[in-house]
Amino acid sequence: MAMLEVKDLHVHYGVIEALKGIDLEVNEGEIVSLIGANGAGKTTMLQSISGIKKKTSGDIVFMGESIFKKNPKAIVMQGLTQVPEGRRIFTGLSVYENLLMGAFLRKDKKGIQEDLEKVYKQFPILKERVDQDASTLSGGEQQMLAMGRALMAKPKLLLLDEPSMGLAPILVKEIFSIIQEINQQGTTVLLVEQNAKMALSIAHRAYVMETGKVVLSGTGEELAASPDIQKAYLGG
Amino acid sequence: MSQFLQQMINGLSLGSIYALIALGYTMVYGIIKLINFAHGDIYMLGAYVAFITTTYFGFSFFPAMIASMVVCGILGVIIERIAYKPLRHATRIAALITAIGVSYVLEYTTQYVMGSEVKTYPTLLSSATFTLGPVTVSMQQIYIFAITIFLMIALQLIIKKTKMGRAMRAVSVDEDAAKLMGINVDTTISFTFLLGSSLAGVAGILVGIYYNSIDPLMGMVPGLKAFIAAVFGGIGSVPGAMIGGLFIGIAETMVVAYGSSLYRDAIVYLILILILIIKPDGLLGKNQREKV
Ligand SMILES: Nc1ncnc2c1ncn2[C@@H]1O[C@H](COP(=O)(O)OP(=O)(O)O)[C@@H](O)[C@H]1O
Ligand SMILES: [Mg+2]
Repeated sequence: MAMLEVKDLHVHYGVIEALKGIDLEVNEGEIVSLIGANGAGKTTMLQSISGIKKKTSGDIVFMGESIFKKNPKAIVMQGLTQVPEGRRIFTGLSVYENLLMGAFLRKDKKGIQEDLEKVYKQFPILKERVDQDASTLSGGEQQMLAMGRALMAKPKLLLLDEPSMGLAPILVKEIFSIIQEINQQGTTVLLVEQNAKMALSIAHRAYVMETGKVVLSGTGEELAASPDIQKAYLGG
Repeated sequence: MSQFLQQMINGLSLGSIYALIALGYTMVYGIIKLINFAHGDIYMLGAYVAFITTTYFGFSFFPAMIASMVVCGILGVIIERIAYKPLRHATRIAALITAIGVSYVLEYTTQYVMGSEVKTYPTLLSSATFTLGPVTVSMQQIYIFAITIFLMIALQLIIKKTKMGRAMRAVSVDEDAAKLMGINVDTTISFTFLLGSSLAGVAGILVGIYYNSIDPLMGMVPGLKAFIAAVFGGIGSVPGAMIGGLFIGIAETMVVAYGSSLYRDAIVYLILILILIIKPDGLLGKNQREKV
């Protein structure tokens, strides 16, 4: 059984239907990429899974339990964490405090300390800036902070919303290789991207969304090789 | 010079009280962007709670202060739940008008229950005075100042060092991102009202002692002045509210001492006008700079 199953999900903003019956699955251990143009409904999808956005109908099942009606806190507690679009780090809080916010629901002091060390190892720049106000970080550093913060929740499934947005190509590469590392360390990943090429290159499987619908799905290689995808998303 | 020092001391005591009220305005604004116009009335209720517990139940000063904190704190939480929470995503003006409505409800309910006449406060603290060189300091002033400093330090520790304090700061920066961390935003907002309202409760008992008399409309003018203190310090900024409160208290005292008591309120409004013209973000206001 899949770790995450989204079934016939419908979501509205007022009268506008942003998700028009989405079906999607993520299996344990995978990196699944969700690609699509601006406005396709990718962010709405992740916000719906995380419990931030109210859903109209359908179902979302995580680890065998429906989270369709659960609040964000219960969802995080179950092991599903999101790195939101635009990083959304807490400015005015230090890098260290931001990381602690990620562990907000955890009570295991020792485990938190160990995971802090892990995050510092994965993102050495965060260790250097640990007492700095998070707003003083560069865009790439903020993305790393947002990812480190999410990892502090010890998620089983990590949702990432456009982690490469606005970053220089060299940083994009680094971020993607870190995502692969995180996955290899045992965290399942659902990755939303407009950078289709990179997203397909690291994905086990991928879905393509257009205006609130999934229009294509397959393995990363299949989609990267598909002429339709090349034309629409890979500039080929 | 000695008169100046004397007025400084008087100003610091009055300013302490304003600062305690201003903290509630600024914390609530920081987290839900609401100017809680009923906050001055919470302070008035704090004075009444202490009046009742001391006059009818024989409480001494500290137990009475704790009682005021508890009652005001709980009341603040209830008011937020009933009146403001349903409007959290409504227009700001709707919430503001509701706050003014809550203010009237508190004032007129108090008038109905306690009577609209001025009540004389019992003597709760020693009225001893000390002469230190050229200035005279009363025991009451020492209490007011010491309690305020103690509470401000405690508040800073809560905000800076505790999990709940971090949650408050996180929610005030980005509510949805805070939810994604698993923070319960409703609980965090309630906690903010609890803190702010209990500080107002303390201000209530202190002012009762300082001026010796209370009435159901006593919250209006100090409430407004404390609000101006919060704007002066930079609304949303906790240290700003502390500095703003002390500054307004000193300014008012100085104007009364060297000018005329006719101007005691005018000076505060003048400060408001000047700050809005010169630095609308206030002394320590956050300049809204964002990185991409
Ligand atoms: N808060 C909102 N209110 C109204 N419409 C929204 C809101 N957020 C997104 N939308 C609309 O929903 C659709 C999907 O948006 P979004 O999920 O942000 O797409 P993507 O992340 O793929 O760029 C778009 O048409 C967008 O205009
Ligand atoms: Mg998006």
